[in-house]
Formats: sequence, C-alpha cells, structure tokens
Amino acid sequence: MKNIMRGAFALSWLATVNPAWAQNGIDEQINSAIKPAADAVAGFIFSSFPVGGVDIPFVLVWLIVAASIFTFYFKFINFRAFKHGFHLVRGDYNDPNAAGEVTHFQALATALSGTVGLGNIAGVAVAVSLGGPGATFWMILAGLLGMSSKFTECTLGVKYRNEYPDGTVSGGPMYYLAKGLAERGPGFAKLGKVLAVLFAIFCIGGSFGGGNMFQANQSFSQLVNVTGGEASWMADKGWLFGLVVAACVGLVIIGGIKGIARVTSRIVPFMAVVYVTAGMVIILANITAVPAAFGAIISGAFSPEGVAGGVIGVLFQGFKRAAFSNEAGIGSAAIAHSAVQTNRPVTEGIVALYEPFVDTVVVCTITALVIIITGTWDPGVDPAAGVQLTSDAFESAIGWFPWVLTIAVVLFAFSTMISWSYYGLKCWTFLFGESRAADFTYKILFLFFVIVGSSMQLGSVIDFSDAMIFAMAFPNVLGLYFLLPVVKRELNEYWADYKAGRLQRTR
Amino acid sequence: MSLVFLVGVDGSDCGSRALEYAAERTSLKGAKLLVAHVIEWSQFRFSTVEENAERHKRREEELQRAHEEIVDPIVQSMRERGIDAEGIVRHGHVARTLHTLAQEFNATNVVLGRIGGSGIKAHLFGTVASTLVQIADVPVTVVP
Repeated sequence: MKNIMRGAFALSWLATVNPAWAQNGIDEQINSAIKPAADAVAGFIFSSFPVGGVDIPFVLVWLIVAASIFTFYFKFINFRAFKHGFHLVRGDYNDPNAAGEVTHFQALATALSGTVGLGNIAGVAVAVSLGGPGATFWMILAGLLGMSSKFTECTLGVKYRNEYPDGTVSGGPMYYLAKGLAERGPGFAKLGKVLAVLFAIFCIGGSFGGGNMFQANQSFSQLVNVTGGEASWMADKGWLFGLVVAACVGLVIIGGIKGIARVTSRIVPFMAVVYVTAGMVIILANITAVPAAFGAIISGAFSPEGVAGGVIGVLFQGFKRAAFSNEAGIGSAAIAHSAVQTNRPVTEGIVALYEPFVDTVVVCTITALVIIITGTWDPGVDPAAGVQLTSDAFESAIGWFPWVLTIAVVLFAFSTMISWSYYGLKCWTFLFGESRAADFTYKILFLFFVIVGSSMQLGSVIDFSDAMIFAMAFPNVLGLYFLLPVVKRELNEYWADYKAGRLQRTR
Repeated sequence: MSLVFLVGVDGSDCGSRALEYAAERTSLKGAKLLVAHVIEWSQFRFSTVEENAERHKRREEELQRAHEEIVDPIVQSMRERGIDAEGIVRHGHVARTLHTLAQEFNATNVVLGRIGGSGIKAHLFGTVASTLVQIADVPVTVVP
C-alpha cells in the first residue's frame, strides 16, 4: 500500500512539473495531477477477491450481506411495514400540536432530493452498458434489500440525535456510533468513538467525491453533450463550468443565500416528476416492447451473454449502481432523516423504507427500461458515457428532451451538492469542533472540489467517488450490527402498539 | 351556554376590521373573545436538510414573533376594554386550522376578514373565508 501511495504521489508530482502537460488545457492538467491519487484510493477501497472469474470488491459483499441480514433480522420489515409507512408519510399519525415541525413527509422528501439524482440517470446507464439488461434485476433486488438497511440506520439516526439548547437538531452515524455503542459498555465506547471518527473522515471524503465531483462532472458532461458534443465550445472548459457552479454553491453555503437552496428544493421534486413522467410516456408508447424488455432483464440476470464475468459480473454491476444510487448502508441518509419531529424513532425508519424504493425500485427501473426499450444500449458502448447514454435514450423518443434532462441533471446535481455539503460539514465539525474557521475551511475545500470534479474525466472521478462513498459503509455497518438489538426493541414496542391500535390516528 | 367569538387576525387592515366587529359583538353580549393567528404551513412543504435541522428553532421563533407582534398587543388592548380575551397562535392550513380551533374551544361564531395581506397572500386569504364558510359548523361572519 505504501508503495502504491508513494508511486501515486511521485506520478502526480511528475504530472505537474512535466512541461509537456503544460501545453494542454487547464482541464488536462487538473486531471493528470489528481488522477493517480484518486486511482490509488479507489484501488484500496475496492480491494477485491475473485469469485467465478470476476473480482468482487469486498465492500459490495459487505453491503449486500448486511442488507440481507437486516431484512431477515427484522422479519421482512421492508415489506410488512410498507403500507404503514405510507400512512405515516401521509401524516395520518401526525401530532396536531406539533404543526410547524418537520413532518415525516418533509424528512423523506429532503432525504430523497439528496439521493435521487445522477446515480439514477448516469449510474443506471453505466450499469446497463457494462452488465447488460440483467443488471436491472440485481439493481431492483439490491434496492429492496437496501430498504432494511435504511430502516435500521434512520431509526438510529433519530434515536441518538443531538438536540441543542438553541433548538437545532443534528443526527447521523457519527452520533449513533459514538453514543449508541457507549451504552453497551466502556469497551464498546472506545470502539464507537473510533468508528464515529472513521465514518466522519470517510463522509467528508464522500462529500467531496460522490456528493460533489461526480455531480459536477456529470452535469458538465451533459451540458457539453447537448451543446454539440466534442465540437461544443464548452468541451474543454470544464474548469469554467466548475467555477460557475462553485460560485452558485458558494453563494448558498458561504454567502448564506438561502433563497437559492430553497428554490432548488422546490424545483427538484418537480423535475423528478417530469423525468419519471417522460420515462413512463416512453415506456407506455412502446408498451408492446415491455414484455421483451422484462424478458431481457430476467434472462440477462441469470444467463447473460457477452458480459465479462457472466452472472457474477452482471450481479456486481447491478448491486454496485444500486448501492451508489440509494446509499443504503452508507449512512448519509441517517443525517438527512434525523430532524423529523417524532417521539418514536422507529417511525422515521419505517418512512425511510420508501427512499430506496422510490430511488432504486421506481426511478432507476424506469431509466433502465427506457434505455433497454429504445435500444440505445449496446454492449459495445463506451461505459464512460454515463449520462449521455440516458440522454440519447430519451432523445430517440422525445427529440427535445435532452434539454429538459440537462436542466434536471444540473438541478439534481446542485441539490445533491447542497445536501452533501451539509453532511460533510456536520462530520467536519464533529471532528474539529464548531468554529467559524473550521466551517469556512471545509466550505472552501468543498468548492475547490467542484472545480476539480468538472475538469476531470469520468473514469477516475467515478472510481474516486465510489471509493469514498463506499468507504463510509465500513464503520457504519459494523456499528449497525452492534446496535441491532436497540432497533429491535424499539420496533417491537412500536409494532405491538400499532397492532393493538394504541397509536393515535389523527386523520 | 356562554358565547365564544373566534376571530382570525393576520395583522392586516381587514383583519383589524374583523377584530373590531368581533370586539363590539363580544362586549355587547358579554362573550369571550379568542384572538387566533394562523401561520400558513403545510406538512407537505419541501425543504433543505439545513432548514429541517433548524425547523424546531424557527418554529419557536415564528410563534414568539406572532405572539409579540400580532396577537399579544391585541389581547392586551381588548382586556383594557374589559373584554375577556385570549390569544392563540397555530401553524397550519389557515381555514382548516380556524375550523379546528372553533371546535376545540366550542366557539359559537367565527369572524374573519374577507382579504388579508397583499398579492398572492390576498388571494389565499380570499379563499380562506370561502373555505371556512364551506367547512365550518358554526356561523361564520366575513367582514369586508
């Protein structure tokens, strides 16, 4: 490992001093300076072992095994609480005296606007092009299992949140790992603290990677794509796009211009509806092709043709993209959900079931179906095309849609960045304490990565982003295993009250 | 059975006229006056993570401001006029919340202005009166 790192640094140093690079654009320079380090990090996080001829990264197994264990441990909570979750979101159990506080609906909608985004558009395209239609099947399965992971982490996020004297709330894995494990004894307290710190470090990395660079990169690539591709005058001006986006993000997170964030938080759900509707229109217009598409998804899942690694390879692609898109087990959602008003933490866990469901089972599946039906998918396509592939798929059915998609992509990216800047900042202050200097330092770093992200090529951005986000799953899931009995106790008490009709229904 | 007048106020001129109308009836009949202000709020509103984290604090501030700037001075002046007045501030859908309050406090009459505020808000308040007329189970007086 040491050697890899040393090599990476040497390479990046060479890249910055070699005069040959200086003749290339600014983008090229940034790319070559960062790439080796990014690749080294990705290589470490995705340490893999071979299964049936395919290298399976350990972290994916880690996530899927956890999601399956949670599903069995809570006796298929993802299915049995589904209907009750809907009633909770609809506000049937809202306390009328708490009107004006954060409702279940708001907590869910906010968390969703942080997760529904490029993972659903670009990520799915990557999965289908690398894994074939069959990847969709495994993606849906991973989404369904992921619901149980979200249930667990969001229940804990609310249970162990901090409520400050000034009335603000803050929760997330760093608090439940530290506080929750401390309840189990002094030995666990130490472990909890270590896990919390690790989580915070990785989450900061994730906020620079998947929550930032990946978003900037993909929205820029879509913008280049609609303005004429390679020939576009913007094609080599990623840094410029990065500057503009960084300025907008900066206005919100440093300038405190809340209006921009507020407007985005209202428009993003609308864009999501537009996207889903357009997808549904294309699917309905080609309804005759749907059975064949599902046939391709099922047969491709179990007996894929021309996919590297066969079934395992397809499964890997599907699981990977699902995990990246819905972030179940990663821990980020627990931060977003924790502000809800409730005195039963488990209710937010039940509401959080809807997050992977909407994100992966509904939105990702629609993207996948559109790509498969319109036939824009073909095994030879460049996997780095990402969002462009989805854009082409929609364009083949609705000519002007790429423009709408561009607006959607930029807005999704923007709202995801705002959300992640908050997650990252919370972890940053968890590590360094609350101070204006700490706050400012983090925000400046965050903006710097916006520019870096739009200047780099997709391949290394995606690897680095994946690596940082998935790294969060190690401390988070490990802590979740220790905290399972706590969640079980909460769930059993609540479920007994629910079944006995002791919960007050207000609607 | 004692008479209870519930009046909706929003700090506008029209709200003040409704208040004056309700105050006159109240003192004539020796009834109780409930001065209510509803902060427009929906459980389905979209918000950012940061807004959510600060929501509880903001809510407290909103309640306090509504009390200090709108409701409490009114209650004070009503009491000085010898009227048995009480102030309430709630979050919610304006018409539906006034309806709930009317039921909760056994109001015998609800009084509110026809319009309040300005612009879009005025439009909203226009519908507050008409919605309340539709759903209320006590007489509603709409003051122009």
